[in-house]
Amino acid sequence: MQHVRGRLIVAVAGFGGLLLAALVAAPLLGTTSISLMRVFDRSIPFADNADAQIFFVARLPRILAAALVGGSLALAGAIFQALLRNPLATPDTLGVSSGAALGAMLAISFHFDFAIAGLSSVSLSSLAGSIGALAIVYMLATARRRGLSTTVLLLAGVTMTAFFSALTLAVQYMTDFADTFRTVRWLMGALDVGSFTPILAALPLIAIACVMVATLPRPLDLISLGADAAAARGVDVQRAERLALISASLVTGAAVSISGPVAFVGLVVPHIVRLVVGSDHRLVLPASALFGATFLIGCDLIARTLFAPIELPVGIVTAVIGGPFFLWLLVRRT
Amino acid sequence: MKRLLLILAAACIALGAAADPVPRRVVSLIPAATEMIFAMGAGSRLIAVSSYDKFPPEATKLPKVGALLDPDTERILSMRPDLVIVYGTQTELRRGLDRAGIAYYTYEHRAMPDIMATIRSIGARIGYAAQANALAASMEQALAGVRTAVAGKRRPRTMLVFERDRSSLQNIYASGGYGFLADLLDTAGGDNVFSDLKQQSVQASTEMILAGRPDVIIELRYGQSAKDSNPSRDLRAWDALGSVPAVKAKQIHVLVGDEFVVPGPRIVDAARRLAQILHPEGEAR
Repeated sequence: MQHVRGRLIVAVAGFGGLLLAALVAAPLLGTTSISLMRVFDRSIPFADNADAQIFFVARLPRILAAALVGGSLALAGAIFQALLRNPLATPDTLGVSSGAALGAMLAISFHFDFAIAGLSSVSLSSLAGSIGALAIVYMLATARRRGLSTTVLLLAGVTMTAFFSALTLAVQYMTDFADTFRTVRWLMGALDVGSFTPILAALPLIAIACVMVATLPRPLDLISLGADAAAARGVDVQRAERLALISASLVTGAAVSISGPVAFVGLVVPHIVRLVVGSDHRLVLPASALFGATFLIGCDLIARTLFAPIELPVGIVTAVIGGPFFLWLLVRRT
Repeated sequence: MKRLLLILAAACIALGAAADPVPRRVVSLIPAATEMIFAMGAGSRLIAVSSYDKFPPEATKLPKVGALLDPDTERILSMRPDLVIVYGTQTELRRGLDRAGIAYYTYEHRAMPDIMATIRSIGARIGYAAQANALAASMEQALAGVRTAVAGKRRPRTMLVFERDRSSLQNIYASGGYGFLADLLDTAGGDNVFSDLKQQSVQASTEMILAGRPDVIIELRYGQSAKDSNPSRDLRAWDALGSVPAVKAKQIHVLVGDEFVVPGPRIVDAARRLAQILHPEGEAR
C-alpha cells in the first residue's frame, strides 16, 4: 500500500509537472508575438489591449479547452479499455461521440437558431446527442438484472456507432453544400472556443464524473481480470460497471460538446501511460487524465503554429503525431 | 409560288438545324452558369438546372437534376441534352456523358475576371457570342465604375466572413487573398486582412482576427443562413474581441443575398453593395 502511494505521488508529480509546464508555456507561444508586460499592464483598458485579448480571449480558453478535452478523452479511454477488457476501446466505442456528432450535424444542417447562456446551438445539440446516446447505453446495460457481458456491450456499442453514423451521413447528404463542409470540419475537432463559456458549461459534468471515477480504480483493476474474479473478491461488479459506463460517457460527451470529436487521444494516451506506470488503475486513471491534457495542449500548439498563420484541425495532428509515436513505443517495448 | 417559297424556307431551316452544331438543349448544374445564360438572353436554351438554382425566377420553373455531389445522371441522359455544364470535379458524371456521346462544358470557380471569361466562352459555345460579349463588357464597365468611384478613398482593412457558428466565434471562415470574393472586396475599395493567404477561404481563429485588426467586418448571409431570428444577439458574440477596431467602432455589417456567393452576372450588384458599406458617403452608386 505504502509502495503504491509512493508511486502515485511520483506519477502524479511527474505527469502533473508536465501538464503545468504545458499550461504555462502554451499561452506564451503562438502565431503572433505578444508582450507579457503589455498583457498584464493594468493601465491599458482591456478592451484596447490587443496583447491581453490575444492572451485571455484567443489563447487561454483554447488551452484550457485542450486540457479539459484531452484529459477527459484519455480518462474515458482508460476506463473503457478496462471495463470492456479490450485494448482497442476508445471513448467512442459505445457510440457516445457518434451521438454527439449526430446532434451537432442536426444543429448545423437545420440551422438551429438558439443559444443558452452563450453556448451555441451546435454545442448544446451535441451535448444532447451524447446524453441521448448515454441513455440508450445505460438502458442496454441495465436491461437485464445481471448486467451485460462485455461482448454484448461491445457489440451494442459498435451497432450504436454504425446507427448514429448512418443517420449523420443521411443528414449530411440532405444538407446544403456549404453546410456539408461545416459538418465535415466539425468532425475534425477544433479547440478555438473563443470564450470560457463552453468550458464552464462542460465542467460540472466532468466534475460529477470525476467523483464517480474516484471510486473506480480498485474495482477496475479486478474487473479487467474478469468479472467473476472481481465478484469473488467482493466487488459489486454490476454497480462498478454502471458507474464506469456513466462516468466515462459523461466526460466523453462533455469533451465532444467543447471541441467536436478529437481522434486518437482516448486510444493512445492510456496505452502510453500504462507503458510508463504499469496497469494499476490507481495510477493509470489520474496519469491518463494528466497526460491526455498535456498531449492535447501540445498537439494544439503544433496545429496552430506549424503552418502559421493557417491552422490545422487538431484531430489531424493528434493522429499524425500520436500514431507514429505510439508505434515507436510499441516496437521499442517488444 | 408562295407555297413553294415557304417549303423552301422550311427546308433551309431544317437543313440549317441539322448542320448547326450549336447546342439547343442545355443542362446547367452550376447556378452561376445558369445565371449567365439567362443574363445573355439564352434562357430558352436551358432544359434543366441544378437543385441549388434559385435565380432568376424562371430558372426555378425548370426541372432539377441534382447538383455538385449528387447529379442525377440517368435523368440528365433521359432529357437528351446536347450540352451539359458540369463542375470540374464531377469526373464520374463526365465519364457517363462521354459514354453517352453528350458534349459538356467544364466550369470551375476562380477569380473575378474568370466570370467574364466564362460568360464569353459559354456564349460562344451556345451561339450567343455577341450577346455574351455585350454582357461581359457591360459588367466589366460597371465593375470599373465601382473601382473608379472608390479610387483614392482610404481603404479600410476588411474581413469578409462567409461562415460562422451562430452566437459564437467558432468556425469562422473568411475570404483569403484569392478568388472572386477577394477580387470583389478589392473592387469595392477594401483591403483584405488575409490578403497574404493565397487561398479562397481561410478559417480565421480568434487569434488571427485579433492580430489582423480589421477596421470593418462584413458577414455574408445567404441560403439558409440568411434566415436569422435574432441578428443583434448573434452579432454580440463579436464583443469578446473588443480590441479589434471593427468591434470598437461598431463596423460589423451583415449583407444578405445569394449574389455574394454565386460568381455570376450579379457580382456587379454585390460589388456595389459592398462598396456602399465600405464607403458609405454615397459616392459608390
